Formats: sequence, structure tokens, C-alpha cells
Amino acid sequence: MKPLWDLRWAAYCVILNHMVQYATPDLDLSFAALSDATRRGVIEQLGRADASITSLAEKFQMTLTGMKKHISVLEKAGLVSTEKVGRVRTCRLGQAGLEAEAEWIEAHRKLFEARFNALDNVILEMKQEEEDESASD
Amino acid sequence: MNQQVTNHPLAQNATSVERKGDRELVVTRTFDAEPRIVFKAWSDPELFRKWWLPEGAPMTLLSCDMDVRTGGNYRLEFGVGGQSTEFFGKYLEVVPDERIVWTNDESDEEGAVTTVTFEEQDGKTLLSFHELYPTREALEEAMTGAAAALPTQLDQLDELLSTLSE
Repeated sequence: MKPLWDLRWAAYCVILNHMVQYATPDLDLSFAALSDATRRGVIEQLGRADASITSLAEKFQMTLTGMKKHISVLEKAGLVSTEKVGRVRTCRLGQAGLEAEAEWIEAHRKLFEARFNALDNVILEMKQEEEDESASD
Repeated sequence: MNQQVTNHPLAQNATSVERKGDRELVVTRTFDAEPRIVFKAWSDPELFRKWWLPEGAPMTLLSCDMDVRTGGNYRLEFGVGGQSTEFFGKYLEVVPDERIVWTNDESDEEGAVTTVTFEEQDGKTLLSFHELYPTREALEEAMTGAAAALPTQLDQLDELLSTLSE
């Protein structure tokens, strides 16, 4: 069930990205990145090992330009990150430079930061109301 | 146009998130108000729904029932892309202005227990949010993205993927 697990992980990243970046309001749109068989294949492949765009293009028997487009879609969805070393661009699962645990913690930090900034505003309103009430007494 | 920025506090307090031990996630943050006020914003459903769901998230809070007292229940219903999903559980302990402890019962497996404490520090509130998972494996599973956080959406995705991979 490894491939499916990777896809669930990928979907979880998409949802967390939504939660924290407020990208598109339509969940279906974010799943578009995973609706393509080649891109799902790439995710499965990267679940086994990191790979260069060139080797992915060979494996999936397509042009370098074609594979670059797929990688770009996956990268925008936050599913895959790439790093260029010398002339080789290496792709891996997940966001740039973050391990699963760091990613999970960072997603929670962003989520709670957004919540707590809104809570600051609610608290300000509550304090203001109390002041107004005591002033009118 | 005379624009006044009044809806944001001048200095924003930092939110810290860390994993503690094998099975706990801890979030801390200071608020510029005494615990009485912060506790009220967590325990009054009308106030709670103003801030729990981040603005712009692809979900809406359809209903919010919270009976915030020891032994009381809560049920939050979220709308996601025309479907709805529920989060519910029981308040294990409520001490006004000090702490709220609740269970997270929406998943089939044993869920995490959440504890929020409100601690006064020079007229401000140090808030700590602890999520204690039943086992190390449960936390790791939540971390690696299995169903824990958003079961309905992932089940829908599984369905979608199974039809696509045929």
C-alpha cells in the first residue's frame, strides 16, 4: 500500500497548504495536481528515492520539457521540491528543506498563528466593549 | 481616504510549536488580556467561531455547539466542497479562567486529548495548548498524514484515486 500511502501524504500536504496559505478556495482544484497518471507515478517514484528531472523524463518516456511541466505543477502544490546542484535538478517529496516532522510542526505553527492573530482581534473587541460599558456607567 | 489600521495589535506575540516527548504537541502564545477574557473567547461559541477557522481556509464552520463544563459535549460541523464533516468530543475538565480539557472522538481509533491552560503573567495570559496522543504511533501517524486530521477529505480522495488508477 506504499503508493497509496504516498498519495495520502501528498493530499495531506495539499490540504495543509490550503489551511496555511489560503490558496484557492476550491479543494478539487488542489487535487488537480494528483489527477494526472504521470504525476501520480512521479510521486510514487519519488516516494522510493529522489530523482533528477532527466531520469524521470526517461523513466516516463517523455521529453524533458514535458516532465518539467509536470514537476512545476507538483512543486506549486507543495508536493515536490527541487534543488539544482551543478547542472542537475533533483526532485524530492515534500517542501524544500523540510523533513516530515518539521513540515508538520511548521504547518501547525502557521495554522495556530492565523487563529491566534484572529483571536487577538476578538480579544481587542471584547476589551473595547468592556471599556465602553464601564465608561457609560 | 483616511485609512486607519485598528484591527491589528501593534506588536504581534510569537506562536511557538514544539513536539514534546513521544506523544505530545505543545503550542504556546501570550495574549494581551487577562485569563478571564481569553477563557471567554475559547468557551463562548459565538466568540470561538470568530477565530478558530483561519480566514480563507477552504472550509466553513456550519455549526458550533459547545457545552463548556466538565462532562459537557461539543460538536463542530465543517463544510468542505459541498460535503460536511464533524469534529466532536467531551469536556473532561473545565476550570473557569484556568483550563479546558477535551477529547477528540471523531476518528474510529482512540483520539488525542487536548488541554488548554490560561496562566496569568503580569496582567497578560500565557496560553498553552497541549495535544496528547494515546501512543507514539498515533502521533507519528498524524504526522505522516494519515487520516487523523481530515478523515473525510482523505476518504474522498482515496475513492477518487481508486477510480483513477483502474
